Amino acid sequence: MIVEAAVSFFLVVGSFFLLVGAVGLARLPDFLMRLHAPTKASTLGIGGLLLASLVWFATHGLPGVKELLVTLFMFLTAPVSANLLGKAALHLRLKSRAPLPPPAPGADPDA
Amino acid sequence: MIATALAVSFVFVAIALAITFWRLLRGPDAPDRILALDTLYINAAAIAVLAGIALDTPLYFEAALAIALMGFVGTVALAKFLLRGDVVD
Repeated sequence: MIVEAAVSFFLVVGSFFLLVGAVGLARLPDFLMRLHAPTKASTLGIGGLLLASLVWFATHGLPGVKELLVTLFMFLTAPVSANLLGKAALHLRLKSRAPLPPPAPGADPDA
Repeated sequence: MIATALAVSFVFVAIALAITFWRLLRGPDAPDRILALDTLYINAAAIAVLAGIALDTPLYFEAALAIALMGFVGTVALAKFLLRGDVVD
């Protein structure tokens, strides 16, 4: 019962974060912002699903740590590929649509 | 309870796949498409893990591992191509 509840919880939370990552990828305005959503939220999502899979197979006669290996692999490779994609975007000089910071109080507005 | 959670998870991941595929088609730049492809790989691995739990077989788990590996290699190769104009230099 507790195992079922834990597996269900990790399944729903993991897939929800995968959905959050995809929505962020679709809705954020420029590439360097869009880079954040899948690399963070989707990594968390797949981690949750693999945790659910680990608990499920550990209680169904197939214990193993292979899920942890995949989780480790995902957590190691997601920042590397995100770093390479960010470097590629800087190399291509993609436009950032982030607004400029407001001027400091008391600064000369014409400067 | 597991069945309901699995159904909800399949629906969530399917919607995520559809949205990501829309971004892959829309672009507008090459890094956007590569990022969408990388996210599609992650979501495909998630579908494989979910199928493994739903069908109660550890076989799909190896598929998820292979998809994750190939996805990383493909993303790195495409990003290196954008950076250098060549995959291996």
